[in-house]
Amino acid sequence: MLETFKALAEPHRFQIVEFLRDGPRSVNDVVHRLRLAQPQVSKHLRVLGDAGLVNVRVDAQRRIYTLQPAPLKQLDVWLERYRQIWERNFQHLDSLLDELKTKNKKRTRAKRARR
Amino acid sequence: MPDAGTKLQVSTPSDREVSMTRVFDAPRRLVFEAWTKPELLKRWLYGPADWRLADCKIDLRPGGALRFEWRHQDGNHMGFSGVYREITPPDRLVFTEVWDEDWTGGETLVTITFAEHAGKTTMTQTVLYSSRAARDAALKTGMEHGAAQSFDRLAEFLAGKNQ
Repeated sequence: MLETFKALAEPHRFQIVEFLRDGPRSVNDVVHRLRLAQPQVSKHLRVLGDAGLVNVRVDAQRRIYTLQPAPLKQLDVWLERYRQIWERNFQHLDSLLDELKTKNKKRTRAKRARR
Repeated sequence: MPDAGTKLQVSTPSDREVSMTRVFDAPRRLVFEAWTKPELLKRWLYGPADWRLADCKIDLRPGGALRFEWRHQDGNHMGFSGVYREITPPDRLVFTEVWDEDWTGGETLVTITFAEHAGKTTMTQTVLYSSRAARDAALKTGMEHGAAQSFDRLAEFLAGKNQ
């Protein structure tokens, strides 16, 4: 999972992953979209490949890259656990806020009544 | 029950941060209060399952100290100490955290913002690690143990880390 974080932390690589969400693309497509030099794009694609985030297939002269969902799913599972713990706490906060709102209304009504 | 509009969103806006957004059906003045009064915090910030916020001290002024400590049913405890950096009721709260068992590779900075719209409050809470290495180290603690259980523990402590 650390590899996934590291790979995604670089803004251009993040953009590549976003771009590949729409479907497989050639190196040239990525070069075009990101407006970067080809060696730079190839380097980023290699890092993404090492992290298991993309997969490459050679089609005639072209190298086609496809997004691999497994590492992203792992990241999502991790975030989901984190989310669940907080969500439980926030549901307690929801109840507490309801109680505070009710108290507030009563106080406001009492003030009005005194006037 | 929260509807889709109040559902908690968690994201990693950068390699040094974890961010959460949640909508509460209350004015932000109350949400801010719930975050800054120990007697209120103890009533909702329980931490992971079977934990409770046993000790909570707050000196609510810039430079003021805060201390939070959770206890588990089995007697274990975890906690952090920190300092308030910014207090702007009911907009914004910024404080530092250092965990007793340094899960997070040094100090983290927590920023909580409260935005109100039509009586509802959108809270955004962002934890910034001291460095990319610090965040990686916090994650690696769990990676080295490998087991799913360690992941659970890591998630628990990272979740606690925000508190």
